[in-house]
Amino acid sequence: MKNFQAGIIGGGVIGSAVARELSRYQLDVVVFEMGSGVPSGASKANSGVVHSGINSSPGSLKACYCVEGNKMFQSLADELGFDLEWVGKLVIAKNEDEIKELERLKKVGLQNRVPGLEIIDESEVNKREPNVSGVAALCIPTAGIIPPYQFTIALAENAAVNDVKFLLETKVTDLKKKKNHFLIETSKGAFQTEIVVNAAGVHCREIASMVEEPDFQVYPRRGEYLVLDKNYNSLINSMIYPVPVEESGFLGIHITPTIEGNILLGPSAEFIDDLDDRRTTKEMMNTLLEEARDLIPALPDKAVINAYSGIRCKLAHPKSGGWADYRIEESKNTSGLINLLGIESPGLTAAPAIAQEVTKMISQIVELKKKNNFKSRRIRKKRFSEMSTGEQSNLIKKDNRWGRIVCRCEHVTEAEIIESLSNPLGAKTLSSVKYRCRAGMGRCQGGFCTQHIVRIMEEQFNIDVKDIKLKSPSSHLFYGRTREVKDD
Amino acid sequence: MTRRDMDVAVIGGGPAGLAAAVSAKEHGAKNVVVLDRNSWLGGILPQCIHDGFGVEETGISMTGPEYADLYIEMAEKKGVTVMKETIVLRFDNSRKIIAVNKQGIHIIKTKAIVLAMGCREKTRWNAMISGTRPSGIYTAGVAQGFINLYNTMPGKNIVILGSGDVGLIMARRLKFEGANVLGVVEIFPCASGLPRNVVQCLDDYGIPLYLNHTITIIDGKERLEGVTIAQVGENLIPISGTEKRIECDTLLLSLGLIPENELSKDVGIEIDSVTGGPIINQYLETTLDGVFACGNCLQVYDTVDMLSIDAKKAGKYAAEFTTKRKINKEKVRKPYVQVRGGKGVKYVVPQRVNKEGKVHFTLRAEKPREISTIKVVSEKKTLLRKRLPWVNPANMITMDVTVPAEIVKQGQTLEVSIG
Amino acid sequence: MTKKDITCIVCPIGCKIIVKLDGTKVDLLSGNKCKRGIDYAIHEALDPRRMLTTSVLVKNGEWPLVSVKSSKPVPKESVFSILKEIKKTKVKAPVKTGQKIIKNVAGIGIDILATKSIKKTS
Repeated sequence: MKNFQAGIIGGGVIGSAVARELSRYQLDVVVFEMGSGVPSGASKANSGVVHSGINSSPGSLKACYCVEGNKMFQSLADELGFDLEWVGKLVIAKNEDEIKELERLKKVGLQNRVPGLEIIDESEVNKREPNVSGVAALCIPTAGIIPPYQFTIALAENAAVNDVKFLLETKVTDLKKKKNHFLIETSKGAFQTEIVVNAAGVHCREIASMVEEPDFQVYPRRGEYLVLDKNYNSLINSMIYPVPVEESGFLGIHITPTIEGNILLGPSAEFIDDLDDRRTTKEMMNTLLEEARDLIPALPDKAVINAYSGIRCKLAHPKSGGWADYRIEESKNTSGLINLLGIESPGLTAAPAIAQEVTKMISQIVELKKKNNFKSRRIRKKRFSEMSTGEQSNLIKKDNRWGRIVCRCEHVTEAEIIESLSNPLGAKTLSSVKYRCRAGMGRCQGGFCTQHIVRIMEEQFNIDVKDIKLKSPSSHLFYGRTREVKDD
Repeated sequence: MTRRDMDVAVIGGGPAGLAAAVSAKEHGAKNVVVLDRNSWLGGILPQCIHDGFGVEETGISMTGPEYADLYIEMAEKKGVTVMKETIVLRFDNSRKIIAVNKQGIHIIKTKAIVLAMGCREKTRWNAMISGTRPSGIYTAGVAQGFINLYNTMPGKNIVILGSGDVGLIMARRLKFEGANVLGVVEIFPCASGLPRNVVQCLDDYGIPLYLNHTITIIDGKERLEGVTIAQVGENLIPISGTEKRIECDTLLLSLGLIPENELSKDVGIEIDSVTGGPIINQYLETTLDGVFACGNCLQVYDTVDMLSIDAKKAGKYAAEFTTKRKINKEKVRKPYVQVRGGKGVKYVVPQRVNKEGKVHFTLRAEKPREISTIKVVSEKKTLLRKRLPWVNPANMITMDVTVPAEIVKQGQTLEVSIG
Repeated sequence: MTKKDITCIVCPIGCKIIVKLDGTKVDLLSGNKCKRGIDYAIHEALDPRRMLTTSVLVKNGEWPLVSVKSSKPVPKESVFSILKEIKKTKVKAPVKTGQKIIKNVAGIGIDILATKSIKKTS
């Protein structure tokens, strides 16, 4: 039986943000993550937007944590070494009625204390975004973009370096509250903790119901995305949003540039029955292209290089409009269980603020003493593809693995692949490599690099060919050998 | 950092690059270098362990590795310099190449470049197939590499989408290695690979061929668990009610090839949107002086034999560009003939002709037809009329046309049609 | 007397030829568009043969497998017994193209030859 003081269920952006915040203190923390790496759920399958707070209902926790979190992002990016760009957002109006909506949105933004809001006219829209069609737009400068997987990885790796124990491929199967502690059964054994943080995302009700009768329902809402080829990245300069249609918080299918140079179309919003149903459907893919074309008429047909989907954890019934606020609270029936429920958009932005709030809550249960040796910085290492020829040349002299390019599309070297596989969390899937160094994210989608990454995994990390996975615990790549050495 | 000067630099050491390099040497180029990103030469050939290569060229049916060895030995004999595990990062319009390998950065100033980067495979997203995104989905070439080079089996119960030669060859290969090949799914009414492969890869082993079918849904939570196929109508749209699920753990995608032209685009070389390759003239020269293109990065060829013929020409003209300089002078700001694909023609290569004489064209028909006539017409007269017993987009057509001087002088347009 | 359906493979048209077989006597029925098809159909009906290509495990080589081929087309019905024997075979590096990996495989008088050279690992 392993003892920890705090157990966090879920290593997504919320769980990892909490872990990182707690790792400042002298506290034994463990994170149970059922995926083969972090992030594995909605935390990697979103638009990667740092929201301004304009879309959240004034006075709500969503609004409050979003605005607070937004303010923390620049220093977090500098500290933790993930990419962040304040490209700003334009909400596009296509007619007079929609212009009125822009004015309403601006009012909400002002209530939420979002700075720099400005409504611009058609000629200004054309100037800033020549490929976008609209009669007016609301400019929101304090909206930014990050690679969402990079953010969670940065939080988790920094937490791990500060002694938080991340247990990957570890699914919580049972949770019991004893007198002064929790008994946590997992697929990798039993654990004991004083505090449990339920950051299980869309699975939060499963966890809560292990130990009490939940007073909430989860209505999973899937969002599908399309990723466009980098060739088209000059189509937009900032994020392009339509005027939001409903009150439910669905922002509409928007168009988001990524720092890496791709364009994301999405998300869609569909209530589904199975909260693990991450299918990407042809109908939705066509809808995404159609709606995006409404905003960007010049959007080409065959620009898609990838698709993905994430499941939102919604707490309100679709019939009731589907809006509910975050629930960030210690359970009334089970002391020591901190439930983080319904953390959907703007969850990514709110994460740092939520983490601080959770830490405050924990400090009232357990005394938190700051660490002397907290390592706050995580260096963002330069990629080979970002270096000057001189820098590249010098690096290859020191370590010639920088001279062998493995991912042709993104110019990722063997050294970077090896570094990715050597991450402090122990994640060793193709996805964990992809999210750290981009190998496999180019237009050939792993057509060239997969064979070489697999070879590196086998030869330099001694991973058996039968254990090589794509992304999740049972997503094996191979069946075995063509010829077994012991075939007789 | 090393700096060197070359006469001809060939980017890509597959069959096209090797043939071009050997030919460049044979036509007088002194310093010829081949750069390839793999630790081996031959490109894709070392994993194409089946036979059928080189029949037209040598009279012998060789396997891929044997054909590759032929050219690798020739290149060695002729003194071609080779840089393996080397990637060209970029080159500029003065033909200065920046390449990288474990020895460092290499700056190569060259008088001529031959582009021979080959192609990449179409992915699932080129077909936008619905469903989950589990492991177990491979493009056919990647699966072939794993089985034949790395001694690694992708799965046990296989479905193959696309009946081009690669898909058919892989059906047989997997069957040979004890996999259960459940079927090949083809959207068109006939297989796009050679009849020889349909017979020897599918019929021989009782592997079903689902013509007029496509895959509509992929399912499987973490590893592939099944695919749903459906019949399609003439408009290639799935017919509702005809869906059938096939339980499987591996899906091979043989959807076609895309010429690899990142380097070409980066430097501003004009690309033909239909072929996916650079626009060239009869010397296989692109719109950038002294840069020639051949092989699958120029257009996707049916056989390596046809590819080698053109690649040797590219090597020859690249060499002549460096030694004779005649071609260059004539090309400067002179009118050229635009060659266009008209009715019934998908594309024609070369797209430009800048000197009178006999020009060798390669083209593809838009759709299958029985008895057809190819016509090549200028603005005023018919240059060629040829009857063919049949045409098919999957079978490249070649023809030689004599282009008269006045057509070039006047910069007229040539239209190729099939009717 | 049996009827066999044969797809001609000589050219990309792939004519469907119907052949009437009476012991070793062949009577062409229909389907071919040219003369080359007749020859092929007769041979294919009487004695169908296939070039066999596959891989053999290599010990101590730079690559784990060497690609191989049959020295001549093999009888179609012996393909799987040949593959079985090839599967059990292991060869030590270095291997040279053309090297005889198996002599007289499955007793049919045809050899299995390497089609690639594999160096020994240093």
